[in-house]
Amino acid sequence: MSYTAHFRVWRGDAEGGDLGDFQVEVNEGEVVLDIIHRLQATQAGDLAVRWNCKAGKCGSCSAEINGRPRLMCMTRMSTFAEDETVTVTPMRAFPVIKDLVTDVSFNYEKARQVPAFAPPKNLQPGEYRMAQVDVERSQEFRKCIECYLCQDTCHVVRDHEENKKAFAGPRFLMRIAELDMHPLDAKDRQHAAQEEFGLGFCNITKCCTEVCPEHIKITDNALIPMKERVVDRKYDPLVWLGSKIGRRPER
Amino acid sequence: MTETEKHNYDVIVIGAGGAGLRAAIAAREAGMRVAVICKSLFGKAHTVMAEGGIAASMGNVNSNDNWQVHFRDTMRGGKFLNNWRMAELHAKEAPQRVWELETYGALFDRTVDGKISQRNFGGHEYPRLAHVGDRTGLELIRTLQQKIVSLQQDDGQGGPASDGKLKVFAECTITELLKDDGGRISGAFGYWRESGRFVLFRAPAVILATGGIGKSFKVTSNSWEYTGDGHALALRAGSTLLNMEFVQFHPTGMVWPPSVKGILVTESVRGDGGVLRNSDGKRFMFNYVPSVFRGQYAETEEEGDRWYTDPDHNKRPPELLPRDEVARAINSEVKAGRGSPHGGVFLDIASRRSAEEILRRLPSMHHQFKELADVDITSEPMEVGPTCHYVMGGVEVDPDTAAAARVPGLFAAGEVAGGMHGSNRLGGNSLSDLLVFGRRAGVGAAEYVSALGGEYPAVTDAQIDEAAKSALAPFDAAGVDASENPYTLHQELQQSMNDLVGIIRKADEMEQALKTLDDLKARAQHVAVEGHRQFNPGWHLALDLRNMLAVSECVARAALIREESRGGHTRDDFPEMSSQWRQVNLICSLQPSGSVDVVQQPMVSMREDLIGLFETDELSKYLTNEELAQLPSKEA
Repeated sequence: MSYTAHFRVWRGDAEGGDLGDFQVEVNEGEVVLDIIHRLQATQAGDLAVRWNCKAGKCGSCSAEINGRPRLMCMTRMSTFAEDETVTVTPMRAFPVIKDLVTDVSFNYEKARQVPAFAPPKNLQPGEYRMAQVDVERSQEFRKCIECYLCQDTCHVVRDHEENKKAFAGPRFLMRIAELDMHPLDAKDRQHAAQEEFGLGFCNITKCCTEVCPEHIKITDNALIPMKERVVDRKYDPLVWLGSKIGRRPER
Repeated sequence: MTETEKHNYDVIVIGAGGAGLRAAIAAREAGMRVAVICKSLFGKAHTVMAEGGIAASMGNVNSNDNWQVHFRDTMRGGKFLNNWRMAELHAKEAPQRVWELETYGALFDRTVDGKISQRNFGGHEYPRLAHVGDRTGLELIRTLQQKIVSLQQDDGQGGPASDGKLKVFAECTITELLKDDGGRISGAFGYWRESGRFVLFRAPAVILATGGIGKSFKVTSNSWEYTGDGHALALRAGSTLLNMEFVQFHPTGMVWPPSVKGILVTESVRGDGGVLRNSDGKRFMFNYVPSVFRGQYAETEEEGDRWYTDPDHNKRPPELLPRDEVARAINSEVKAGRGSPHGGVFLDIASRRSAEEILRRLPSMHHQFKELADVDITSEPMEVGPTCHYVMGGVEVDPDTAAAARVPGLFAAGEVAGGMHGSNRLGGNSLSDLLVFGRRAGVGAAEYVSALGGEYPAVTDAQIDEAAKSALAPFDAAGVDASENPYTLHQELQQSMNDLVGIIRKADEMEQALKTLDDLKARAQHVAVEGHRQFNPGWHLALDLRNMLAVSECVARAALIREESRGGHTRDDFPEMSSQWRQVNLICSLQPSGSVDVVQQPMVSMREDLIGLFETDELSKYLTNEELAQLPSKEA
């Protein structure tokens, strides 16, 4: 049942680093995170890695395994051949802190820029009424565990640091879509999605959807509908006319 | 003097799970400058693991529900050892706390008339748990996280979000609480996990919201963060812990594969129709209804099955007994040789509900078993067994303000606080506990700070130096002969707590555990770590280990003293529940020598109007004859 696997794990910090080679025991049913923990306990006590729930619910243990962005706790060792080298590297889109731990503060900054849910003014707590079918659209996006694998894989920022300022990334464009589709949110989200959060950068290659461990259809259900909403409004002749003949701001 | 980063706040909250975030929101809304400090990234707290729902008697699905019924269920679940005032406040305030979440943006599953849907759960008389599929904890944490952002945006007054008055310090561990000469809280000392640099928070009020202690046990549903930090910080600061012997073993954790052993399988599986079977295919729970619950549960499979669609005329199936009962039953079946291939029992929903319904109601369970065990729960049964899940014991607090005993300025809420759940917590009562007492702790701390009138207790340089020295000890031990590996010590601790102070307890085994703990404590003095201070998990574990050892000693000592079986404390040598012991709380404190002292403290009698909510028949199962004689006679 047990065998010895060849692991290559990136070790280093902001100054630089390299892949380290390890021979490590693997038992039946284990996942990559188990092996990283075994390395910590037996060969590399100071190997840095983030993790929490070990059940795919918290989104802490994101890394790139053989080049693919994945959760270490949800990558079973049985998906590799016994003689296959398993290479584990930190997420590439974010600056390395140490070993497999990266600085993901970019995501928290973007989160703070998205205007919060605007509660309807005429309803008291307990008075909210919504149909299941209407909440389901946003509920899909609220399954997000914020592992940031979609942010990591998105080519708009993966190799283009300069785009980070103008582009919120799939996770936070989806957050905007979630609020826009919330049955009771009282705020207009569509203009900002395009102008402030860079929805236009997305050219729907669906890489984010592919790596999402929660299997959220980020592109099809959040980003494309959001693009359609923005376009509908931007190019709607009636809206355009309204904006020209409507009330103008006082001088 | 140690070069240390310093921050000044009115209130600091340690822990960013449901209780910590709700406390921070309440304190900020009361005008305080608040810091939230957490060991993980913001939004990763253990609250995300909660699956089933939030218990609140909104009465959306069954209008017979109200706070009195919820209060009764909670007291029954805790076998009447609960702090009844906490149980009362909890039952009364839970609905308001849930509705409030909707104003923060939460999206719960709905009833047909558009209200918040509520589901059945063990020990709850009516469908009571507000839920989002089986990922309610994630919804709770994300909602509170987004409310924190919303408050920061308010503080930014139209400009960028401002964290000047409400800031999250993520990946930061607190190692000591500091007090002034008068014994009042003056701040907290810790380190940044990322850099290993020290940091001091000066504040007159500290709210502990650090969660539980599960990482002291080998098989647990808890994450690495659950090392009893708040429990140990409170002890070392001179406060007390209450009823630490009560540890909940959730009946259904995964048992296979080994690497996921202990990971939770939500009780909703049973609430939604799943049943437990042994290797003979028999629904064994019908054999395990204890006398205190007889008459409240179905006696035949047919009646139990009818209950799902007609709960007003049928009794609920015994699979939905409180968790302690189900966990013991599974343990007995496995011991009797009727277990599943990997040492659990079968949890079967596949033969009971359509694949479509299972996917809709239990999506994350389906996902978890598919990905981790290669089991499709829509066509095969799951294998499950007990896993250490929750500690009912915790910091002794004032029910109304969440103020911790004996230390002015210290507060505690959520799992780290004791009393609310008595000897056993009902599923769903945890998330509501976090919200109700998180808010109360935030308000309580704000009131305490306001009363100080701007005069804040001082922190001395000597205190900082001492805290720094203690935190660096594991590096000093490196290279010394006979140094110990923190991972090894941790594994030994987990093994002995699991084997000797686990789900079924005996005096001689617990005495043996206490000897082992003494030995481990001595060896922990020589723990050494390699590498440097930057993001060094070995060092972090070495520091957390001290907390786990202190808390484990509390659990073992209290468990040895309580000579009865009740809720999350089962004594093989004292199998009966004792009405005498129900009148006793066990209070742990830390002696100057570093050892744990446990004393018995009488339980305050329940208020008359609350005791009037129960029938005398039921009370006679829990109360002493003297207490029963003093009950006001009920009018006909």
